[in-house]
Amino acid sequence: MLNFFICFFALSIIRKNLDTSPYFRNNLDVLRILHLIVVPCVMAFDVILGDSMKLVAETGWFIILSYILYVLYQQKEHILSGSLLKAGLPYYASYVLLFLIKYALPSLYKTTESYLDLLNIITLVWLFAFGISAKNQLNTLKREKEQKEKVIHENEALEHLVRERTNEILQQKNQLEETVEELKQTQNQLIQQEKLASLGELTAGIAHEIQNPLNFVNNFSEVSTELLEELKEELSTGHLSENSSGILEDLVQNLQKISYHGKRASGIVKNMLEHSRASTGERQQVDINTLAEEYIKLSFHGLRAKDKSFNSDFKVWAAPALPTVEAIPQDLGRVLLNLCNNAFYAVSRKAAENIPGYKPLVTIAMENLPAEEAVKITVSDNGGGIPKELKNKIFQPFFTTKPTGQGTGLGLSLSYDIITKGHGGELTVESVEGESTVFSIVLPVR
Amino acid sequence: MKILVVDDETDIKDLFLQKFRKEVRSGTMEFNFATSGEEALDLLKGYDPESVLILSDINMPGMTGIELLRKIRGKHPVAPPQVMMITAYGDEANRKAATSLGADDFLTKPLDFNELKTKLLK
Repeated sequence: MLNFFICFFALSIIRKNLDTSPYFRNNLDVLRILHLIVVPCVMAFDVILGDSMKLVAETGWFIILSYILYVLYQQKEHILSGSLLKAGLPYYASYVLLFLIKYALPSLYKTTESYLDLLNIITLVWLFAFGISAKNQLNTLKREKEQKEKVIHENEALEHLVRERTNEILQQKNQLEETVEELKQTQNQLIQQEKLASLGELTAGIAHEIQNPLNFVNNFSEVSTELLEELKEELSTGHLSENSSGILEDLVQNLQKISYHGKRASGIVKNMLEHSRASTGERQQVDINTLAEEYIKLSFHGLRAKDKSFNSDFKVWAAPALPTVEAIPQDLGRVLLNLCNNAFYAVSRKAAENIPGYKPLVTIAMENLPAEEAVKITVSDNGGGIPKELKNKIFQPFFTTKPTGQGTGLGLSLSYDIITKGHGGELTVESVEGESTVFSIVLPVR
Repeated sequence: MKILVVDDETDIKDLFLQKFRKEVRSGTMEFNFATSGEEALDLLKGYDPESVLILSDINMPGMTGIELLRKIRGKHPVAPPQVMMITAYGDEANRKAATSLGADDFLTKPLDFNELKTKLLK
């Protein structure tokens, strides 16, 4: 009866906790058969057959116990089988000793029976004590296993979370990169738009500026033909009067005027082409006096064409003996156009306030700075000025005081870049609020 | 007849004097020139308004032709002096403004001198 319980529980613990796969024979779970069939059968034998077949039953228990110990020994690395071995071995030894003495030396058995029984009881106690401790160990093991699993599970959950977050962050990063890319593209588009917008403002001015010289070319050539006809008539009559020499003088003058106005028109066309053409970045010797006069006129006529009510006086103070400047003329033109447009905008705003006696005036003045080998250009207006708190902002991209849709806010920031980065010069502003604004450009001659 | 031509382009003077050289020579027309509205107003002070015809460009820096017209019509609400305005081609806005301010006639740029001559001789 005792052996049955020992074998039954030992097998049930082994099957539950140890690896049973090495004990499969032809797909048969040997341990399972032993556990659920052989052990109960031997038990039945033991009980039913009683003392008559005691040897058979006890041999059966001996074999089963040996096999169990063999299995435990094979898996002794496992902490559980180690302690089970420790618990079971003394009992096994005492059982074998008892078995051998009982059947091989019955005489000795009779004299030592009580000692052997005592030994048997001691080993049994040992077995139960270690069995219980093994069970506790098993529980601890189970708990540890559970905890381990819990930790693994939590780790997995954590890793999953980390992966999710990482993905989210990566996605956000990609989105941000896309946004930055889009912004860069938009910025480039805006720069192009700003260029086109200033070209649009130019067109009207250019049309007006070209029309006048062309009219002169046409009119002077017409009137010259008339003069020549008159001269021809006088020649045919044979007497040349003082009038004839006057006509000749006029003709010479007229041809000079035709040539002058023709050049004036082609200069404007050239200018327009230079402005619209993408900047080649090619530096040329630029006459600042001429460039400034051209662009303040273009700005004035451009604004006039856009707004009939707009008006302002403007003055150009050219500097004598001004050295040419090595510059990119179309870029410099854009800056001058922009500064002039701003100046005219400022005076037109002030004029709209109907202050008695106010005369809008924009001045562009050149100055030679021989000591610094530089040329100074100032664009001044007597408009409303720039409030102190905005002075630091006006060169920032997208800053504009104009109503939405009327200014890109890029004009001055681009101008600033063109002067400082593009030409190694300086662009500064001074303003008295309510009275005047002066933009100064200092350009090194080379 | 005294004609005051107001235009910021200085070469307009030579052009007019040559185009109307016969009239100038014969003394039927006398031309004076001003390159700004302000100058024109100064010159007008010395004239008898009865015998003056003013021919003014509109698009001028400083005082525009429209303002000049307003100032003249402020003093002389109706002709004389006659005021003819020279407008850019297709500039309807200024034409309307000038009409409402009392301009007597219009010429379009580029100037047709034959048309101008017939108008002046009327």
